[in-house]
Amino acid sequence: MSDPASESPVEAKARRGRNIALALGLVIFVVLVFVVTIVRLGASVANRPF
Amino acid sequence: MAMTEAVPTADKPVSPQGAAKAPARWQDFVQLLKPRVMSLVVFTGLTGLVCAGVPVHPFLAGVAVLCIAVGAGASGALNMWYDADIDAQMRRTRGRPVPAGRVQGADALALGVVLSLFSVMLMGMALNWLAAGLLGFTIVFYAVVYTMWLKRWTAQNIVIGGLAGALPPVIGWAAATGTVPLNAWLLCAIIFAWTPPHFWALSLYTSEDYKKAGVPMMPVVAGAASTRKQILVYSLIFTPLCLVPAFTGLGGLAYLAVAGLGGVVFLLLAFRLFASHAGETGAERNDAQDAQGLYDVRAGAKDARNLFAFSILYLTLLFATLLVEHLMGLKPLELL
Repeated sequence: MSDPASESPVEAKARRGRNIALALGLVIFVVLVFVVTIVRLGASVANRPF
Repeated sequence: MAMTEAVPTADKPVSPQGAAKAPARWQDFVQLLKPRVMSLVVFTGLTGLVCAGVPVHPFLAGVAVLCIAVGAGASGALNMWYDADIDAQMRRTRGRPVPAGRVQGADALALGVVLSLFSVMLMGMALNWLAAGLLGFTIVFYAVVYTMWLKRWTAQNIVIGGLAGALPPVIGWAAATGTVPLNAWLLCAIIFAWTPPHFWALSLYTSEDYKKAGVPMMPVVAGAASTRKQILVYSLIFTPLCLVPAFTGLGGLAYLAVAGLGGVVFLLLAFRLFASHAGETGAERNDAQDAQGLYDVRAGAKDARNLFAFSILYLTLLFATLLVEHLMGLKPLELL
């Protein structure tokens, strides 16, 4: 793992690309879980004890 | 075939995965997921899901296919982590991210483990836990049983390990219905029987690479002539098996025609390969041919190349026909 403070432009670009890909992956996963929950539970999504 | 043949197995080095030499790009991590293998797995998994004949919410069906794809990708990453030492010695695989030094082995391992867990959990939550269990089993079977054990130990590696590649239609079927009836296992059996002629045809003209890497592929252990004979035997099992879906209420008239005609061509190519000298000295590929891809071979290996190429086309056609028949609602034959 390179030190962000001393990395070359190529390394910085690669790191930025990896970070964006990771962020996109996480966002997609969160959205998937949210929509799956809505689809599976439908109108019953709010019908649960607190 | 005995599992205890004396074979030149590869010894696992202590540290095959060195530190990355160049910065890893996100594309390198995509390459770890073996996108080409993933596309075939997605296709057969989708076919299983559609052939189940049970209406599934389109979004959940998409999630099921995505989980199968990500699970397959995770297996690929785990395979590339563990096999970096072998990959580095073979022309076909030495450009992969870990042996080429673009991705650290530990990162490939982490990606594989995380994606395995996410895909299995999401499959369980979104569809059902039978499909999730089958997906988890498939990943473990490919990454542990095949990659870590069979591949370096026995010439039957791709025969037994082929189960991992054959299970996606069963997973798709289970995702749709929560059950795995005989027809789902029939699709699995077709891919399972297809695997040996497919991979051994390829290994007949890449066996020098496997020999150098110490991987006991059939041509390395038993020789080219024995491999050609075994390809023919498996082809004689595989081609009639492809006709069975037309008798069990799975395939229709179009499927029967494709399976029958394609099966005749497959057998013809297997017989030609059997009668050839493919895999013997002079049939190996060289560096220039590797640059051209897997289909450019020396004259002596053309029969092996032809069967390898046709095997991909035939399996694709079989599953595409089943998929189209079921999507169009065409009536299966049920000849039995």
